Amino acid sequence: MASTIEQQAKGGSKADIRYLTPLDIDTKQKVKYCRFKKNGIKYIDYKDADFLMYLVNEQGKILPRRLTGTSLKYQRKVSQAIKRARHLALMPYVGDMLK
Amino acid sequence: MNHYETVFILNPVLSDTQVKETVKKFNDYLVSKGAEMIHKEDWGLKKLAYPIQKKKTGFYHLFEFNVAGEAIGPFELEFRRDDSIMRYLTVKLDKHAAAWAEKRKERVKATKN
Repeated sequence: MASTIEQQAKGGSKADIRYLTPLDIDTKQKVKYCRFKKNGIKYIDYKDADFLMYLVNEQGKILPRRLTGTSLKYQRKVSQAIKRARHLALMPYVGDMLK
Repeated sequence: MNHYETVFILNPVLSDTQVKETVKKFNDYLVSKGAEMIHKEDWGLKKLAYPIQKKKTGFYHLFEFNVAGEAIGPFELEFRRDDSIMRYLTVKLDKHAAAWAEKRKERVKATKN
């Protein structure tokens, strides 16, 4: 909003865009939570491949904490469980279109 | 004595009797080392997530037992010596894992009945 008329005339590229009606964009961040802490899960089973599939992307890579919201303590256990499941061929090391 | 859990995959080309014999061999080996078997599970012929030794399936078996830690090394050596074992994994169970295993056993029992 700080750009003056002169600046707009000179640059043009940085011109403010004004909307007649305020845009309805939700700027509030959804609060992330650790699903293991919330549900009181203490042990992540490497034998349960169906559940672990929620924690990998469609190539079979482990999803980062910033996407799943898992706390560090449980992310370490998740990664350990997934690696064990991969060793036992319950989950693929590399996959394509898993979901 | 520690609480352990072992999952191993047997070669799918074996016949049913050979599978039973091999499982019994490892069971007897553990017992001879003074192990106390808690639970045994047969998952049957399962599809592998990726081929191992050019095989796409395998017989999965699970043992849960109490044994002294010194017995694990020779036990895994037996797995490596046996050609019919494609993969194995031995995990020590902590108290949360043991609680989970207990729950799991109840669930397996419930589905069987």
